Amino acid sequence: MSAVTFNEGRLDDLMNHPTTIKPAAKTPARPRPTPFFQTERGRAVLEWLGAAFRKALPPVIGIALFVLLWQIISTSGGEHGLPGPVKTWESAKLLFADPFYDRGPNDKGIGWNILHSLYRVGIGFGLAALVGIPLGFMIGRFKFLAGMAAPIISLLRPVSPLAWLPIGLYIFKQTEPASLWVIFISSIWPIILNTAAGVARVPQDYLNVARVLNLSEWKIFTRILFPSVLPYMITGIQLSIGVAWLVIVAAEMLTGGTGIGFWVWDEWNNLNVEHILIAIFIVGIVGLLLEQALVLIAKQFNYE
Amino acid sequence: MDKYLQIENAEMVFNTKKGRFTALTGVNLKVKQGEFIALIGHSGCGKSTLLNLVSGLLDATNGVLLLNDREIKGPGPDRGMVFQQHSLLPWLTCYGNVYLAVERVFGARESKKELKVRTEAALELVHLAHAMHMLPAEISGGMKQRVGIARALAMEPKVLLMDEPFGALDALTRASLQDELMRIVAETRATTLMVTHDVDEAVLLSDRIAMMTNGPAATIGEVLTVDLERPRDRLALAENAHYHHLRGRVLEFLYQKHIKKAA
Repeated sequence: MSAVTFNEGRLDDLMNHPTTIKPAAKTPARPRPTPFFQTERGRAVLEWLGAAFRKALPPVIGIALFVLLWQIISTSGGEHGLPGPVKTWESAKLLFADPFYDRGPNDKGIGWNILHSLYRVGIGFGLAALVGIPLGFMIGRFKFLAGMAAPIISLLRPVSPLAWLPIGLYIFKQTEPASLWVIFISSIWPIILNTAAGVARVPQDYLNVARVLNLSEWKIFTRILFPSVLPYMITGIQLSIGVAWLVIVAAEMLTGGTGIGFWVWDEWNNLNVEHILIAIFIVGIVGLLLEQALVLIAKQFNYE
Repeated sequence: MDKYLQIENAEMVFNTKKGRFTALTGVNLKVKQGEFIALIGHSGCGKSTLLNLVSGLLDATNGVLLLNDREIKGPGPDRGMVFQQHSLLPWLTCYGNVYLAVERVFGARESKKELKVRTEAALELVHLAHAMHMLPAEISGGMKQRVGIARALAMEPKVLLMDEPFGALDALTRASLQDELMRIVAETRATTLMVTHDVDEAVLLSDRIAMMTNGPAATIGEVLTVDLERPRDRLALAENAHYHHLRGRVLEFLYQKHIKKAA
């Protein structure tokens, strides 16, 4: 955008009356109203539009290229190629026209399946937070406990989440608690580790304040430890919900019944490839929304 | 009372990775009630260590520290500490930070209303009544340091301990806070021990200046009495011959007798 703007009215005036001595006006000339985009507000609007455009341009180009690539891949496959963007879009419109139907245990609307998955993530993650946060605090506060926990955590953390599924099935004898168990065990590590790291990193300055004031353990916890650890804890929660959402899709594929993961597998058995593509988008979008919601929460607890 | 705060033969040895390190040895100091003492010395001479011994954050390896005839054992709210890095809790407002200290000291005996009055009075003393409900991140460095002073004074401590409280501030802010501190100390008659490396600050504020030798095994080399009349005015002192004489004595100690080689 150019910063130089001509006010044409004034330019006209100057050209017609180049001398500074103006003929005595018969009537006081009414000033022409300035065009909107030359007023202060108008320029602000233009500026804002320009900034928004510049910000939106790269993602829009990126998405457009992605869709183009998708189209190329799908057409190059011929008759048995991947469904193209248009076909998938049409199918999605049909699918989301009635998201909450219920025709028996293995045939539910897409909305129900998403909600079932979210519900499992919520319960599994909630249990992980309930156990992991206090555990993290204790591990961070007491060196001895940290020493005890370190080998166990290092051993169990890298285990692939689905490896826990048979254990869950064996213990609980049912698929529902087994999939909750898988969410729980795979999302608990980031919570424990981040909380513990936060506790270990409470600035010495703050602890000195606590010592000089001789605060009680309870006051130290509520006024210093907890608020100081909170940002770390939220990072842990963020990671752990991300993991939980990754894992649920895989777990539901194996356990079946309901959920977005089950739905993907079901549609594969029906050979409905468009629906599988839609499911991938749904999983991605829900994951993105969860992430953004937690980023918003985290912003609330940034003190600096 | 001549021996309100008493430090006798204090010694501080740290166990470091490279072996034992004697930071302080044979430190003796007697502070009268209401007296303002500045501890001055080159960086690394152990002046902060000495202050931490009085605060109780560190335990002396040897020697005795008495406050009002009681041995100092561990930190306690009878010694108000102002830290170099203000150390305000960022999630509490200025009011909340001061209230935390007030509640700790008077909470058992006084009503919530009385605690509130105390907190507000402390913030008014440092002229921060208007910023009471702001968070530390929302106020300037000088204001944060004033909240730190309010927090320390609100506890009505027996001694006010200050560890280079104005070290991180710019020169103009520092000057105005020094003036404010002089007024506050005159009003509250607080016994004060202040660590500084600023010669002008030491002469302007204190009744006596304890000058420390260089470490390791540092000690108080000389104590200079600053017999300038109060209230003191920094502009008038600039023309005062005796002020310059005292200033010269401190500089002489620091830069002739105990010069520190550049690292």
